[in-house]
Amino acid sequence: MFYREAGDFSTTYPQDSQTFPIKFDRYRYYVVLVIAFGIIPFIINDYWANAVFVPFLIYAIAAIGLNILTGYCGQVSLGTGAFMAVGAYSCYKLMTAFPEVSMLIHIPLAGLITAGVVTIFGLPSLRIKGFYLAVATLAAQFFLVWLFNKVGWFYNYSASGQISAPQRDVFGIIVTGPNTAAWAKYMICLVFVTICAVLARNLTRGTTGRTWMAIRDMDIAAEIIGVNPLKAKLTAFAISGFFVGIAGALFFSVYLGAAEVGESFGIDKSFLVLFMIIIGGLGSIFGSFAGAAFMVLLPVFLKNVFVGWLGWPTDLAAHLQFIISGGLIIIFLIMEPHGLAQLWRVAKEKLRLWPFPH
Amino acid sequence: MPDQVLFAMEVMLNGLMAGVLYALVALGFVLIYKASGIFNYAQGVMALFSALTLVGIMEGQVPFSHLINAIFGTDIHHFGWHVPALVAIILTIAVMILFAWLVQKVIFRHLVNQEPILLFMATIGLAYFLEGFGDLMWGSEIKRLDVGLPQGINEWIDLTTFEAFGYGFFIDNLDISATIVAIFLVAGLIVFSQYTKQGRALRAVADDHQAALSVGISLNFIWVLVWSVAGFVALVAGIMWGAKSGVQFSLSLIALKALPVLMLGGFTSIPGAIVGGLIIGVGEKLFEFLIGPMVGGATENWFAYVLALVFLVFRPQGLFGEKIIERV
Repeated sequence: MFYREAGDFSTTYPQDSQTFPIKFDRYRYYVVLVIAFGIIPFIINDYWANAVFVPFLIYAIAAIGLNILTGYCGQVSLGTGAFMAVGAYSCYKLMTAFPEVSMLIHIPLAGLITAGVVTIFGLPSLRIKGFYLAVATLAAQFFLVWLFNKVGWFYNYSASGQISAPQRDVFGIIVTGPNTAAWAKYMICLVFVTICAVLARNLTRGTTGRTWMAIRDMDIAAEIIGVNPLKAKLTAFAISGFFVGIAGALFFSVYLGAAEVGESFGIDKSFLVLFMIIIGGLGSIFGSFAGAAFMVLLPVFLKNVFVGWLGWPTDLAAHLQFIISGGLIIIFLIMEPHGLAQLWRVAKEKLRLWPFPH
Repeated sequence: MPDQVLFAMEVMLNGLMAGVLYALVALGFVLIYKASGIFNYAQGVMALFSALTLVGIMEGQVPFSHLINAIFGTDIHHFGWHVPALVAIILTIAVMILFAWLVQKVIFRHLVNQEPILLFMATIGLAYFLEGFGDLMWGSEIKRLDVGLPQGINEWIDLTTFEAFGYGFFIDNLDISATIVAIFLVAGLIVFSQYTKQGRALRAVADDHQAALSVGISLNFIWVLVWSVAGFVALVAGIMWGAKSGVQFSLSLIALKALPVLMLGGFTSIPGAIVGGLIIGVGEKLFEFLIGPMVGGATENWFAYVLALVFLVFRPQGLFGEKIIERV
């Protein structure tokens, strides 16, 4: 009834090509933004920030990054965890080397450094395809984790081998270190998520995104119609790396505070982010958010149910979590290979016809 | 001979033995990939699961005892009997066949004709599921597995080499038996695929699905069969690794080690899996021995992958893989 384009006329080209052409969608988007920026920061507390919102927002950035590479450009990567580590460690090095510079500069810089590293590891994608490439990215995963463990320079020769975030601020508001307020953590993540999502959305619907999708659908055919595979693949790796690097930097500096590379950025992180984009929907920005929310909320939910209500031991809950997330992946792949984003699309289609479906 | 060379030779021999174990895991991958085009990430977890099941049956553990105790507040752990190794192995094989049938029936029947990458992701899901399921069923603590294989240093090799070179080689009996078992396994698989009706059907399916269907081979049966055979191979690998380092979660990580083996050997070639396994085994041990101390050690974690990566850049289909022909 409300959700339809009838009566919503575009009179200019920018109007015609806007992200949300349907009025209802547009207003919904503004409402979400207002709630996220204007209401949640005032009511958020430590538990909600640390257990739900901050990890959700950070993983959403990582999922957008991986979705660009895997969902839009079709290059499966199992190295996301290590690429996040690159972001985290470069952020750490920048934070300790230039203490007076704002985090708003450090984090994108960490993203840029990660983009460079990921592009180097993306070079073999020009020769290697499919599974072979997926396995090749494992080389990045294991090599980088080993490197950050072995070379003292990366963790400033700290005795524990850990990196821990010193206290830094943005315009006088503390955003890292142990004295950070919950809302400040939330806000800095939210700002980066918003920028990344808008950036990703516009990249993927422009020329760059179309060349990626052409490569994904069939790279030889794309090459024949004039897409440059070198450029397309490497830009996908670089931009994906930029987002993943930002996510890694935030994950370490804002969320964890202290990190050990094998534990925080191991191969399970790579799979976690991969699961997010499968469940959320490959090749969809909304799907990245939905998948991240799902995979962040699932353990919280299961823990509350099994440990909180039923009083089972935590290791049992952990096993069940494995079973349930594995099972859900399979169910999603069988029932809806395009993920939550597709369910959302179907719901919107239905809504447009409602209440007269015929 | 100088000591350094002797050390290197010993390291190389041990590398060969480790390579045999990698090859065992890789073999399971190749079987499934050839027959159904599924890249089965869960192979390592299958090895873990089968080893867990074997230990559980041998020790007479009550399945899901942890869960039952949590729900009903009881305190049961064991039935109180011990099953002989051979019987337990047969029972475990039965479990793996049941597992193969279930996987086929519940998952992959519904995913026929999907893109390979989706199938791959489904097997990642399966791996997670099976890992949680195995832990839930048998508990997640490290278990000892002893099916009566000889263990410890091989005295005879130690003595002979000491007399010949003045330096005794340290080679584990377990590694030797693993090698012998692997040789028998491969020979058995070759005989099975060359001389039995089912084996021929399997090769026909691997060659061309549609042609195989049209001469009356049941794809469903073949897929269950190949998953069962892969389950059996996983069990053998699980026994060997489990006897070596205990049955624990890290067992499933050897699957990851098998991936570079596959890349090196080619996804579709059984000899490739074996040669690849040996190259990786020797390569990573030698690299750790020669270069490792210079860069801080623990290079075994990544050497295999980087070797495979560098190799693939020059030969994208692996050593023995079929040439990749792409058409629009």
